[in-house]
Amino acid sequence: MTTLPIETDEHHSDHHHDEEHPDHRLFGLATFLVADGMTFAGFFAAYLTFKAVNPLPTGAVYELELPLPILNTVLLLVSSATFHQAGKALHQNATNRCRNWLLITAALGLAFLVSQMVEYFTLPFGLTDNLFASTFYAATGFHGLHVTLGALMILIVWWQTRPQSGRVTHNNPFPLEAAELYWHFVDGIWVILFVILYLI
Amino acid sequence: MTVATSPQVVAPKPRLQPTGWLRYFSFSVDHKVIGLQYLVCGFIFYLIGGLLAGAIRTELVSPMSDFMARDVYNQVLTMHGTIMIFLWIVPVVNGAFGNYLIPFYVGARDMAFPRLNAVAFWLIPPAGLLLITSYFLTGAAQSGWTAYPPLSITTPAAGQIVWILSVLLLGGSSIFGGINFIATILKLRRPGLKLMQLPMYCWAMLGTSLLVVLSTPVLAGTLVLLSFDIIAHTGFFNPTLGGNVVVYQHLFWFYSHPAVYIMVLPAFGLVSEILPVHARKPLFGYTTMVYSIMAIVFLGLIVWAHHMFTSGTPPWMRLFFTIATAFIAVPTGIKFFNWLATLWGGRISLNSALLFSCGFIVNFVLGGITGVALAQVPFDIHVHDTYFVVAHFHYIVFGGSVFVIFASVYHWYPKFTGRMLNENLGRLHFALTFIGFNLCFGPQHWLGLNGMPRRVAEYDPQFTLINQISSAGALLMAISTLPFLWNVIQSAIAGPPAGDNPWNALTPEWLTSSPPPVENWTGEAPLVEEPYGYGVPVEDFDLTAISGRDLWSSGK
Repeated sequence: MTTLPIETDEHHSDHHHDEEHPDHRLFGLATFLVADGMTFAGFFAAYLTFKAVNPLPTGAVYELELPLPILNTVLLLVSSATFHQAGKALHQNATNRCRNWLLITAALGLAFLVSQMVEYFTLPFGLTDNLFASTFYAATGFHGLHVTLGALMILIVWWQTRPQSGRVTHNNPFPLEAAELYWHFVDGIWVILFVILYLI
Repeated sequence: MTVATSPQVVAPKPRLQPTGWLRYFSFSVDHKVIGLQYLVCGFIFYLIGGLLAGAIRTELVSPMSDFMARDVYNQVLTMHGTIMIFLWIVPVVNGAFGNYLIPFYVGARDMAFPRLNAVAFWLIPPAGLLLITSYFLTGAAQSGWTAYPPLSITTPAAGQIVWILSVLLLGGSSIFGGINFIATILKLRRPGLKLMQLPMYCWAMLGTSLLVVLSTPVLAGTLVLLSFDIIAHTGFFNPTLGGNVVVYQHLFWFYSHPAVYIMVLPAFGLVSEILPVHARKPLFGYTTMVYSIMAIVFLGLIVWAHHMFTSGTPPWMRLFFTIATAFIAVPTGIKFFNWLATLWGGRISLNSALLFSCGFIVNFVLGGITGVALAQVPFDIHVHDTYFVVAHFHYIVFGGSVFVIFASVYHWYPKFTGRMLNENLGRLHFALTFIGFNLCFGPQHWLGLNGMPRRVAEYDPQFTLINQISSAGALLMAISTLPFLWNVIQSAIAGPPAGDNPWNALTPEWLTSSPPPVENWTGEAPLVEEPYGYGVPVEDFDLTAISGRDLWSSGK
């Protein structure tokens, strides 16, 4: 007795037809990241306008040290490279190598967060001290939220690439690719943020 | 026993979705169900926003604050603006018709991301409920739909925070929708269908979605900063703490001026679909229409500060934003004359859909002219924050967008339900709406020119008569809803069957049954290369000459 063919298309189980579906999810994610980037653009525009038209009142403290943020920049840039290595490893079907690179990337992301917290606690100003302090914490905090989400995503992808029962494989790399695109975006935003908040 | 050898036998369809009326209350991923969910949900909010408008006009019948307390009046006008913009017009011209029509127009079975689509819709009812219940629980926000600081920082915080939360949810819904439309239009076109062959509504939605994706996140970020000012007492927009209120206005209008185009561009697209069908003529100037839409998208992003001519903007900024705003009249005028040329010499059937479309053209040109006037700094400073601005704005969003929503309901109702609406009731609805609308908002130009400020419950007694005329118009508009409601409910039950294509239209949604099957076509999607080929025998068409060339790629 032959059994009826069973629908095996995972992504479209509620979509029943035989046509080929190209995968547009990365395109959708990229569009979302454009929108996300516009939120940061709004923050940066506000910061620069404040700087141009609202001078600091006398006695206000707004001083940033460079060493820690430079370390942070290096951490994130290296993590982008390690994530790229993880993607390459999955592409070559070397799952274990991929998982190692993922762990290194997540560790670098967490190191960034720790370093950012250290900076927060050693800065001589607080959230409500003055306009620039508020904008500084809002912009870096929103970015930190992105790094936190990204690190979580990496750990989830790491879990999903486990050898026997993982969902993310050589044949289904989308979750890893999505997390990688997002991570590169977050790193790029940091570079802009670093230039605008710390260097200008 | 062999069953599966025959090619006709397919696996039983997994019944994950409820069928029948229940699916309209479910997390359905069918774009047509989601479109109608948007439409009905939006219309319910329109009725609520209309009741609030009725309360405003009742208060303004007399110069004194006697119908409601002043702070209640402020809450009512804030909720009216927020509901009408974020819960009625934006979700309906984009979400409702976009979701229903775009997959047909690109020849797809559904949107690019069906689940994201359902998420985007289901963000709307909780956001609306949040906004409305805040009135009863804590008192709603009182600072208008613009939420300008320092007013929004000094009015009661609870209502303002709920308002911010609600708008953030609606903004998220809008962004998810925009991503979906961009992906669907650019990536899901059926093989052989070129960009310059798409029905005009696709172009309008592509432009609108670009605006949504580029500008809505800026509003979201700004509102987060505003909530910090309210909750954590930071000073971003609080002058007493060293902040800058004008920066809020810049960021707010960077979204909210494009928001006007987010409400109006889809209406342009819808009316471009309706006119050729009922005038039996091709859409005039397809290519100029496409470039006009894209020009409006670009210009719409760089004119925001014309809302801020009284906010101490420097002269060079005023000059730039005046000129940029005046330039928008050019692509808009091109579209306007294209519609007139489409109607010119056509075999026009003056049914409800076409009447509402013509009403739109008349109202919109009036609103457009006052818009060009408002872009001129000396005039704007005179009428800023008066009823002249209220009149201009309502001529654009009610006379423009809402008229087109009604035209679209009359046009696509046979497709939605498989039944025809009653024409006489439709014409009655149009007559009442058109007269009521112009009676309500026309006199407000005069009020504004004579200096009556907006958003105030009391006014100088010399304005009493004109305000009463305006309120009478509002009452007429409220009454006009009744024949419409009766018509759509009664026709859904007992209207005459429509058949697949009652208008003999050529766009793809009419080339399937009414209402369409779950995945739009039982067979393959039709390839419609000339969606506006009316009035000319098909064999006389030179396709390459009419449809133009593909802008970016040759498709697939």
